[in-house]
Amino acid sequence: MEEDVLSLRKQLMEKDREIAFLKGKIDQLGKDSESLRQLQDKITLHAPLKPKASLTNADIMRYSRQLLLPELGVQGQLNLSKTSVLVVGCGGLGCPLAQYLAAAGIGRLGLLDYDDVELNNLHRQILHTEQGLGQPKALSAAQALSRLNSAVECIPYHLQLSPENALELIQQYDIVADCSDNVPTRYLVNDACVLTGRPLVSASALRMEGQLTVYNYRGGPCYRCLYPKPPPPETVTNCSDGGVLGVVPGIMGCLQALEVLKIASGQGSSIEQQLVMFDGQETRFRSIRLRPKQASCAVCGETPTVTELQNYESFCGSAATDKCRRLNLLPKEQRITVLEYKSIQDSSAPHLLLDVRPSVEVDICHLSHSLNIPLASLENKKSGDIDQLREKISALKTQMKTDLEVPVFVVCKLGNDSQKAVQMLEKMSGCELERISVKDICGGLMAWAQKIDPSFPQY
Amino acid sequence: MAAPIALHLEFGGGAELLFDGVKNHHVTLPSQSEPWDMRQLLAWIRGNMLKERPELFVQGESVRPGILVLINDADWELMGELEYQLQDQDNIIFISTLHGG
Repeated sequence: MEEDVLSLRKQLMEKDREIAFLKGKIDQLGKDSESLRQLQDKITLHAPLKPKASLTNADIMRYSRQLLLPELGVQGQLNLSKTSVLVVGCGGLGCPLAQYLAAAGIGRLGLLDYDDVELNNLHRQILHTEQGLGQPKALSAAQALSRLNSAVECIPYHLQLSPENALELIQQYDIVADCSDNVPTRYLVNDACVLTGRPLVSASALRMEGQLTVYNYRGGPCYRCLYPKPPPPETVTNCSDGGVLGVVPGIMGCLQALEVLKIASGQGSSIEQQLVMFDGQETRFRSIRLRPKQASCAVCGETPTVTELQNYESFCGSAATDKCRRLNLLPKEQRITVLEYKSIQDSSAPHLLLDVRPSVEVDICHLSHSLNIPLASLENKKSGDIDQLREKISALKTQMKTDLEVPVFVVCKLGNDSQKAVQMLEKMSGCELERISVKDICGGLMAWAQKIDPSFPQY
Repeated sequence: MAAPIALHLEFGGGAELLFDGVKNHHVTLPSQSEPWDMRQLLAWIRGNMLKERPELFVQGESVRPGILVLINDADWELMGELEYQLQDQDNIIFISTLHGG
């Protein structure tokens, strides 16, 4: 009898716990939908955040470990809760940045990204998940952040920042974080911040390196003070071309979050006239003293010529995305499609397939019968590689037993470098090499994977 | 006559790719009648270290847009840019601006 009572009591306690858990879950879901605004595809006006008079007990519990810091304290925490931050780009920098801002109790986060989540984002864009593939990044990030801290208001913007919408958007936020991935957007964000008087916390990353600066803050320089002229487009490398180790933008995004939190809480950033450089290969940080605000600056100087936003894509000569450019260097007769190459391959007609990608990419995947000579070796006329090419062509010539030119087909990842290689090989044909007829394969190995061999890896 | 001077040159942010991927270079500039300045150093780098495509590094007599020059950990704008007179053991960094994220 007594045992039965005990067992029933135990069951009852378990059920009570289960009920409490379910009630909590219902509350949580209610809060999620409150804190997470609908996906915005245009700019709407949001009411300014109301300052809180005091912290609730739940706030005190939640933020206790940072409230203990004299640098932050109760006032700093209250300041965070009334600050709004616009995150331009929800990628490798924006994800860790937004994550720490939400965790720390920032008031409102605007999350802007025009792109959707892809599999090759997940190694560094750590708010997105396998379940979110194909979703707008802004929405995927907002959902993850609302799960982390439902008190933070997240506004996802699924749109491209443009000269038409940037001012209207940016003036609704107190601080802007540039987490973008291309040059035109960096100039656009800078100019919009100068014109609206917003501090700009800017970071960037590529390969194993990162850079961080706070612009337009407490009389310091803006991005244009440092870089009055945009770099030539051919000198700009993006993450999809140059690669990036995921943790490197992670580190830079965290540093960016630190500076945003210092500004938002009232401590102030300490790097308004400094460039922080991180070298992940040598695990080394370095702080550089920068020039002051320039009187001659086109946007923040004494007699500015930029008084409204411009066309930044034409100013920079490149598109406001990090997608790869498509070059068109060769006439149609000098290019073949992957379908045409497939039939040449199937006919077993003698030819040379030359893969001009760097060897690190050839290690990822290649066509078995190709010869790899990287574009850089052709450019530098690297002797061992040129000898190998010459021998291969001579052997083919002997095998063909005709006076016809040896057909050479050049392939790379997307069909840009292959065109440059064709131009170089044409100059070498008949002098450094036997006479060859050289063409490139349009769209490269990625087109091969899409149209000919679906089992070929894409990267 | 100014004595030869030894410099530590560093390239980063991708600028090292124009120098065989090597980030650190210790170089000695020969003695000449006038002291070496940054303008002459750039011409010397172009003539002695850059093999291919110098336009990706220098433009006119300065560096191309998008490369920041640092002299002993300070922006060269604070040091006189092209006119800065080099001292023995100076540390000169050429850093290409990153844009990825």
